Amino acid sequence: MCGIIGLHLRDAALEDQLGHLASEMLVAMTDRGPDSSGIAVYEDDALGRWKYSLRAKAPGRDWSQLGQLLGAEVREVGTDAVLASSTDPAEFLKSLASEAPDISVVSWGSALEVFKDVGTPQEICDRHGIWARSGYQAIGHTRMATESAVTTGHSHPFSPAADLCFVHNGSFSNYFSVRRDLEAEGIVFDTDNDTEVGARLVALEMARGADLGDALSALMKKMDGFYTLLVSTKDQFAVVRDPFACKPAVVAETPQYVAMASEYRALAGLPEIEKAEVFEPMPQEIHVWTR
Amino acid sequence: MDTLSCAELATREINQALRALPDGSEVLIAEPRGRHSLAVGLTNRIDVTIDGNAGYYVGGLCDGPNITVNGFVGWGVGENLMSGSIRVHGNASESAGASAHGGLIAIEGDASLRTGISLKGGTIVVAGSVGSMSAFMAQAGTILVGGDAGEALGDSLYEAIVYVAGDIRSLGSDARREDLTAADILKVKELVAATGFDHIEPENVKRIASAKELYNFDAVKAHKY
Repeated sequence: MCGIIGLHLRDAALEDQLGHLASEMLVAMTDRGPDSSGIAVYEDDALGRWKYSLRAKAPGRDWSQLGQLLGAEVREVGTDAVLASSTDPAEFLKSLASEAPDISVVSWGSALEVFKDVGTPQEICDRHGIWARSGYQAIGHTRMATESAVTTGHSHPFSPAADLCFVHNGSFSNYFSVRRDLEAEGIVFDTDNDTEVGARLVALEMARGADLGDALSALMKKMDGFYTLLVSTKDQFAVVRDPFACKPAVVAETPQYVAMASEYRALAGLPEIEKAEVFEPMPQEIHVWTR
Repeated sequence: MDTLSCAELATREINQALRALPDGSEVLIAEPRGRHSLAVGLTNRIDVTIDGNAGYYVGGLCDGPNITVNGFVGWGVGENLMSGSIRVHGNASESAGASAHGGLIAIEGDASLRTGISLKGGTIVVAGSVGSMSAFMAQAGTILVGGDAGEALGDSLYEAIVYVAGDIRSLGSDARREDLTAADILKVKELVAATGFDHIEPENVKRIASAKELYNFDAVKAHKY
């Protein structure tokens, strides 16, 4: 088991409540996965810069010193930090890797920020101040590990490309063979996790020009196993389930938002949920919503 | 009517309170908000109304009560039901009535994949459609579908019988369509009367049963394996 939640806002009036609503949804899924949790928040940078969600391998990192070194604005978030910079991302990531090898890049993009760690949704949302966050889209995951170790790096969401966020309930069974194919294409992996393979496959397809729906269709053809996936980009939000629909998914749609969760319990507290159209995506249907 | 609210009580407290009620009691469960395992394992003859959308395993393992849900339900409604009834005024998610031994489960909307999987003698009536792999390995009992059935209906069926009023996407291994008998029509009439799903025409349903070719190993077909 794992728990997934996602909230894609259509009504800008709800943007101030995004973090609160998404945190409540994720906390409601705690008993589907007590090992680790993570949450992604999409909010445009006011100055149109690139944002980098960074995590230090050891506590006590001097983030302001790193910000000065890289010419980036620093916002400390719990033990992590988000750096904002106008530098070209390829150049920035290269300087970061050479100047600060102790730092791992959790995500980057013009809107996406990702926070994840070992611990419950309540702990992760509290520590990273998610409850008070505004934004237009959020994706969350709470993990019961099956395929690989319980570490921060193995936690979801996975974000292998700018503004791409990928969470998974289930387990891919052929991920080592797909991984070998991707490695032959020059793709480098951070962990031995099955979900990372799916995330990097989608990132590769999209880098080659596929849209999100096509990339998920390619994933369905290549990857075997159980999955309910929630995948988002800067302006899209997509859900897909394996051919046997082994893992649950419920979607609620209103003029104000599209919300998805593993179970209806996580949706029950959303505004005007009683007026929402609630449905379960059928196996192999690719549902994509665009802002 | 007594009211038990999920906003105030834990699931175990609700189920213990239900279990303590004398036969003939009526009780309302308020604000279920997708809560799992409501009204499970009850053996008294009471009327339980769940006033909203419920989670997984509603009425599972029950032997006696009549349960009504004013909303939709999650996975496994009436799982392993022994006797009594469950009526859902909405849709049901996957595995509705899984391995139910007895009782009647009536779904006014659609039911999802694997409806009646491993059914062991219970009766499931769905006004709408059912998803793929319904009646998988169903051993005994009856499933009546007022709408359509998904892929692989009745795969590896044993003695359970499935009636479908609408279209069947495909039949599973060893499931076959058989001619309706007078007894089938009577049975469907009784189920329509019991549920009020009168859009179903008893004379026009399709009867699906086991071809029983998987019951014994056939040495002549050994090359297939």
